[in-house]
Amino acid sequence: MVELGKYAGTVLGAYGVTIVLILGLVWQSLRQSARMRKRLEDQERRMGRHG
Amino acid sequence: MSIWEYANPKKFMETSSWALPWVTGLAVASLLSGLIWGFFFTPDDYRQGSTVKIIYIHVPSAMMAINCWAMMLVTSLVWLIRRHHVSALAAKAAAPIGMTMTLIALFTGAIWGQPMWGTWWAWDPRLTAFLILFLFYLGYIALWGAVDDPDTAADLTSVLCLVGSVFALLSRYAVLFWNQGLHQGASLSLDKEEHVADVFAWPLWLSMAGFGLLFLTLVLFRTRTEIRARRLRALEARERMA
Amino acid sequence: MLALLLRDLRLATRAGGGFGLSLAFFLIVTVLVPFGVGPEGGTLAKIAPGILWVGALLACLLSLDRIFALDREDGSLDLLATAPIPMEGAVAVKALAHWLTTGLPLTLAAPVLGVLLNLPLPAFQPLLLSLLIGTPALSMIGTFGAALTVGLKRGGLLLSLLVLPLYIPTLIYGAEAARRGGEGLATATPLLMMAGITLGTIAILPFAAAAAIRVNLR
Repeated sequence: MVELGKYAGTVLGAYGVTIVLILGLVWQSLRQSARMRKRLEDQERRMGRHG
Repeated sequence: MSIWEYANPKKFMETSSWALPWVTGLAVASLLSGLIWGFFFTPDDYRQGSTVKIIYIHVPSAMMAINCWAMMLVTSLVWLIRRHHVSALAAKAAAPIGMTMTLIALFTGAIWGQPMWGTWWAWDPRLTAFLILFLFYLGYIALWGAVDDPDTAADLTSVLCLVGSVFALLSRYAVLFWNQGLHQGASLSLDKEEHVADVFAWPLWLSMAGFGLLFLTLVLFRTRTEIRARRLRALEARERMA
Repeated sequence: MLALLLRDLRLATRAGGGFGLSLAFFLIVTVLVPFGVGPEGGTLAKIAPGILWVGALLACLLSLDRIFALDREDGSLDLLATAPIPMEGAVAVKALAHWLTTGLPLTLAAPVLGVLLNLPLPAFQPLLLSLLIGTPALSMIGTFGAALTVGLKRGGLLLSLLVLPLYIPTLIYGAEAARRGGEGLATATPLLMMAGITLGTIAILPFAAAAAIRVNLR
């Protein structure tokens, strides 16, 4: 394990914040994409049936 | 064969679905290798101790925060001039990414500044300019959310992006005039003596490439979502008409 | 164009036109500040230029959404769009009317309120000058923001979110000029920079604002 010395909290905090923010963004993108894909598929199926 | 072919949503969807796994793989690979190299295998700076490791996220995210706005500026111009929907949607898809990058740069900077300068926040020109950039992202995203009609929203946000770019630059220099700062100059440049040492530079280049590729991945992915949303809207409208 | 200007001025100064409101707001903000930071003269003198500038800026912001909203409601904006004068000109006249009814009164009121805040004597002239040069930019930028949000039902809050970041350069140079004046330093540089911003916004933003209005009327 790498030795961070007295600044361990600082460095880990910075990396932690970054990871949380990026994962949050990725998660939001994935969720939005999945939801949109599902709605679009529903809509296409419905329209295929009706017209 | 020209770049404008990708302005066709269908073509864009086909190409991006082919390219996305590759770009994602490359992004993850370079991000992981750059950060792991930087985090585990670089020496501490003699002055800053281990906090120097923050540079591998601070500098790339700051770079992407600015580049993202530049990309939005270009795609906004393309939309205004050539009316390609994919371009406007790409700008819309990019804004939250740029805002996140700005936040990362601000947070890591604050965390880094605390032990180095003895303060979380100083009204230093660079810090202030980034805060202002964050406000611009906020306004831009809020305007997208507020307008119902997608074409109107695309037009208005494009105009805002153009005007905002001018004012962001103005603010940058106004802030320089207003206060001299604590922040160091450019970390990486080809012609200056003051850039960081080689041991730190290589993993830094790698994680910068990683952040760039991550941005590309997310933009492609989110643009695909926006295109789907657009198609859904069109289908719903057609259904109502029928 | 003159007719448009006179019409806007008449509408603004009539009862319910909101002419006095921004001035009253400016007064109230200035009166509230000493309650917030304490009555000590030295502190007040130090922050007075900044407070006066921020107060003027917020007061200016208050009246922005009226620039186009009323015209849109009663349909005169559509008439303006089809009128023989170009939209860019109409927008510039609207901004001028806004400045005459808001920016100019605020500028004239600022020295009076400066007395309340214990503004140092040498700062009065730079403050007046900086407001005189800077408020046209505030009106013009605000008109652009109002043009962007004219189609929205509740655009007021969004309008401030869009416009305030654009106000930053003007605010920096304006407050800096007044502050330097108060400390007996040369004020020419910030004043000139601000004049540059004002002239630049007047040259460019009518086009952007007119484009936004055309989009919103589509």
